[in-house]
Amino acid sequence: MHASVRPALSVNLPPIATSPAARETSAVLSMRMTISKVNFFYGSKQTLFDVSMGIATNKVTSLIGPSGCGKSTLLRTLNRMYEIVRGARLEGEILLDGQNILTQDVTSYRRRVGMVFQRPNPFPKSIFDNVAYGLRINGSKAPISEAVEKSLRHAALWEEVKDHLHKSAYELSGGQQQRLCIARALAVEPEVLLLDEPCSALDPISTAKIEELLVQLKDLCTIVTVTHNMQQAARISDFTAFLLTGQLIEFSPTPQLFTTPGDSRTEAYITGRFG
Amino acid sequence: MSPGLRWRKFVSGFMLTMTGLCALVSVSVLFLILGYLVYHGGTSISWNFFTKLPAPVGESGGGMANAIVGSGKLLLLATLFGVPVGFLGAIYLAEFSGGTTAFVVRYAADLLNGVPSIVIGMFAYSLAVLPFKHFSTLAGGFALGLMMIPITLRSTEEFLRSVPNALREASMALGASKWKTITSVIVPAAYRGILTAILLAFARVAGETAPLLFTALGNSFWSPGWHQPTASLPVMIFTYAIAPYDDWHRQAWAAGLVLLGLILVINIVARAILSRGMAVPRS
Amino acid sequence: MATTTTTVPSAGPVAGLRSFLFRLREGDEIARMITFLFAASVVLVTLLLVFVLWQGSVLPRHKFGFNFFHTSVWDPIFDQFGALPFIYGTLVTSAVSLFVAVPLGIGAAIFLAELAPARVSDTLEFFIDLLAAVPSVIYGVLGVFIVVPLMRSYIQPALQNTLGFLPLFKGPAYGIGFLTAGLVLAIMVIPYIISVSREVLLAVPRDQREAALSLGSTRWESTWQVVVPFARPGILGSIFLALARALGETMAVTMVIGNTPIISASLFSPGYSIAAVIANELTEATSNLHYQSLIELGLALFLLTFILNGLARLLIVATSQRGRAMGHT
Repeated sequence: MHASVRPALSVNLPPIATSPAARETSAVLSMRMTISKVNFFYGSKQTLFDVSMGIATNKVTSLIGPSGCGKSTLLRTLNRMYEIVRGARLEGEILLDGQNILTQDVTSYRRRVGMVFQRPNPFPKSIFDNVAYGLRINGSKAPISEAVEKSLRHAALWEEVKDHLHKSAYELSGGQQQRLCIARALAVEPEVLLLDEPCSALDPISTAKIEELLVQLKDLCTIVTVTHNMQQAARISDFTAFLLTGQLIEFSPTPQLFTTPGDSRTEAYITGRFG
Repeated sequence: MSPGLRWRKFVSGFMLTMTGLCALVSVSVLFLILGYLVYHGGTSISWNFFTKLPAPVGESGGGMANAIVGSGKLLLLATLFGVPVGFLGAIYLAEFSGGTTAFVVRYAADLLNGVPSIVIGMFAYSLAVLPFKHFSTLAGGFALGLMMIPITLRSTEEFLRSVPNALREASMALGASKWKTITSVIVPAAYRGILTAILLAFARVAGETAPLLFTALGNSFWSPGWHQPTASLPVMIFTYAIAPYDDWHRQAWAAGLVLLGLILVINIVARAILSRGMAVPRS
Repeated sequence: MATTTTTVPSAGPVAGLRSFLFRLREGDEIARMITFLFAASVVLVTLLLVFVLWQGSVLPRHKFGFNFFHTSVWDPIFDQFGALPFIYGTLVTSAVSLFVAVPLGIGAAIFLAELAPARVSDTLEFFIDLLAAVPSVIYGVLGVFIVVPLMRSYIQPALQNTLGFLPLFKGPAYGIGFLTAGLVLAIMVIPYIISVSREVLLAVPRDQREAALSLGSTRWESTWQVVVPFARPGILGSIFLALARALGETMAVTMVIGNTPIISASLFSPGYSIAAVIANELTEATSNLHYQSLIELGLALFLLTFILNGLARLLIVATSQRGRAMGHT
């Protein structure tokens, strides 16, 4: 069955276009990033096999799969964060706006792709300095305090922190810290925002806030999120990719993947038979 | 690439290179020390060094046989005194004690560990020298043993604690008493770590000089028994190095080489024992 | 840790006694008592140490009071004791040593924790550990025979020619003195700074680095602006540890400081330190007051290192706990 899905996963013809439901919308979809035939190795161990997919502009794309399936690794190839791990090696091609990301200067490239982590990880600085960090190192000409306010508003945190911007970021609650991290990433106006299980350390109320926020943020940038939580992927994403043991099993518009999965393994996973 | 970014990358590369240089400089000190000691001391080491008594001032030749034996006796006493206290105390901390007692003991041990060795020397002087009105090997061993206690205690406790609880429970479930469990299961499981801890404590006090100045003092001759002042390698190195005789300087280099060689070998052996893996994985 | 006393509430004193006797026979209770005695002896020895130092320095405390610490006449013949030159020497040599050791040690620790591959880092750390094991009398020998001549013939003249306008670098180049003692101390404490700083740097969660990099930091920016501030309390702790070591260090300092009670702004001047004067005079104290004055110096040294070590431990523990609380991904 997946034989019919597999060939569709090519760069030129993103899989979304093969689905009848999405065919009409695919005409207006542009691809912010394209991943083609990516193989990834840690030393001699291969963790991604021939992954190809597109990341649609101003949409939310979710990567799901059981632990160890390679979803986080795939996310980390998108901002070349894997390079700080010794012995990590990538083969294949990843394009951002049609340019190969692997041949660009890594520091200036990473600025264009924001990242939010599993656990809130604010820097040991004040709330203001956390958001301003990226602006300052990049020598931004724009007035910093306005940019900080804008980012905090985008992250739906401004109202809660505007009166104590100079307090330590560690005084915020976990959910607020995570929104601060989102604001920190947004401050440098990235084109793509990567989120690695951003809610896994949060309570349900904070999770709901972040989910709501992500849906709003897609007007601002393209979002890729890794999640362990299938309901979350179903709620917030436009496209969902299912990975298993380093292979991309299925990649479709989210409603389709969850209602009419094209692969028996996807179906087994989303119905909870493993994972 | 913008000029700003180019500058930032230059700064990054430059500063990271500097940190590498810092590491290189720091580590090369070890090799400088070894190099100088081998260069200056190697030529002065002879059979006589190990077998002869120090020559009187003005005569060349002679050796440090009495200091070598003296150091051996001092370290033997220190080990006999320091290791049992540290080891058994650690067993109490790791296996028997509750929160408060353990905290107090640990705190005292850390305090003792941080006391400058000269102050330990003073303490031993007023306890083991003044009341008897003479310097002795015993007093020197006591001072060094005091310094071994906290090191042995704290690291032995760490290693005992790293033995998984499942092992304790398994042994008790078979009906073994707590003491039986400790002697037959827990200590054997942690023995590599404990041995390492003892060796490191030994190496640490082997080079201590300041506490011996007021306790074992020094001696140009053999020191029979335990109640007389005795020569020791570290004190000999000190006295010979600050004396104005070239021949003594050569002897000081030689003694330094012997002492440092001994200490480094013990350190390396101790770490090798540990890195070959403990009998049980550390939790 | 499970407790050994497992008396059932309803069981009366008789049952409790029986259980006690049973455990006694099993050896547990005896073992507990014996090991307790050894553990308690550590506390007793420490208390005794404090007691001996306190009791032993009653005379000068009564006679000189606080003047002991800020007068500078040290005259055993007229029984006049003021410790300022020794305190000054101890502080100056320690300051010089930190001035050199802190940048070098932190730089090396950054290299080991952030840059070097794990195997290289572990190997270098092994050498650093060995360096920390070198006894201080060996540093003293190298100080006397290598550093002092170097200072006298090259470094001090060079400093005088370039920075001689500063009062710090005035006066004749003896080779021995504050500067030399400080340098030898620096070499001795660097391993402590490196080991502890490397540990706390390694305990910084990886996602702190990655967050900085993903905002477009260079490697150095992420290290210096994010990782180092995160580990700052622990690094400060390592510096306190080093300072405590430097203050109490005896042999190497005694051998190169010159042992002359002088207070001088020039680092080229010979001086004296607390530990050195104790080492040189304790066994030859001319009077009880002289002896007790030396004990009081020991007490001061003890209190200083006690405070510094305590602070250092607090800072280091707090930092590694912060790292753990933030979690490792």
